[in-house]
Amino acid sequence: MGTVVVDVMLKPEILDPQGQAVAGALPRLGFGQFTAVRQGKRFALTVDGEVTLEVLDAARRAAEVLLSNPVIEDIVSVRAEDAPEVLPSAATLAGYDWDDDELPDTWGANDHVAEGEVRREARPVPAYRRPVSIEVLDALPGTGLYHMEDDE
Amino acid sequence: MRIGVVTFPGTLDDLDAQRAVRAAGGAPVPLWHADADLHGVDAVVLPGGFSYGDYLRAGAIARFAPVMTPIIEAARGGLPVLGICNGFQVLCESHLLPGALSRNAGRQFVCRDQRLRVENVETAWTRDFTAGQEIVIVLKNGEGCFVADPETVARIEGEGRVVFRYVGGNPNGSYADIAGICNERGNVVGLMPHPEHCIDDLFGPSRDGIAFFTSILHTLVSA
Repeated sequence: MGTVVVDVMLKPEILDPQGQAVAGALPRLGFGQFTAVRQGKRFALTVDGEVTLEVLDAARRAAEVLLSNPVIEDIVSVRAEDAPEVLPSAATLAGYDWDDDELPDTWGANDHVAEGEVRREARPVPAYRRPVSIEVLDALPGTGLYHMEDDE
Repeated sequence: MRIGVVTFPGTLDDLDAQRAVRAAGGAPVPLWHADADLHGVDAVVLPGGFSYGDYLRAGAIARFAPVMTPIIEAARGGLPVLGICNGFQVLCESHLLPGALSRNAGRQFVCRDQRLRVENVETAWTRDFTAGQEIVIVLKNGEGCFVADPETVARIEGEGRVVFRYVGGNPNGSYADIAGICNERGNVVGLMPHPEHCIDDLFGPSRDGIAFFTSILHTLVSA
């Protein structure tokens, strides 16, 4: 039995009265260091068997169709409960348009970055484009690291 | 003229909506959420309440009820649909209307007599009003704050699709004091206040709500 965890947050520009209420209560309890609170939703979707790439894809679709409302909410992440990282799905990689024609070529990657500033992309990086560790990549079929001893 | 009134689990104001249809001279037809059949109705009212307990998001689960499949299809083809309060939320979740309704800015459930200005009298549900007319309709909701991205708000403003605007104070933080909007054709209208509760002298602040229901009858008769 596996579980997919889906995290959904209100978009930053949408007012969050629940978060404000929590933010108002924290200082009264001595937690004066928290200047703002945003409250989100977590869904835990249980499946029979392992959380496969197909299951993750289905969870992503469910998150887009039902679990979130794109007008007011962002899907922050869709991942297997015990997975430390967000993996790109096979379908996502196969169908991904690397040219992304309608969008600027560089996503601001070539823009000047002032000293002390952090480079920012033009939009939030989708989950499937976030960095994946070597260990995780190595475990994916077809993406294994080159091992010299494999040559034989 | 047969006006369908949908009942979801958790709907509260279906009987009032049916009564308002009858009071205006129409024939109300109860529609059941699990029945994917419109039974030949000429228009549909999605009434107020808390469908599916407002779980997940208000209207989010009702939007996938079997009855919504033919309603969405017919609404795109021109069937007049009025969404009141929770019904408005269902219409937004169905993408028949743009934007979304989020939690009231004041963090409180608001229940009051609300003054509104009728900004668009061309829709199927507002033709019996006069342009700019101010009416009083009861309002009762916890998630009535209309939000949309700035481009969408500018577009519906530019196209005259803001049908009702709050007057005398914005009760919930809605963008641009928007209380109700319509789709491009004006056959689908959604608003947060409850016209079906305002059809009698003794049971509300006004009788302004009856014009919604006479409007649709006039629209259907002249069609």
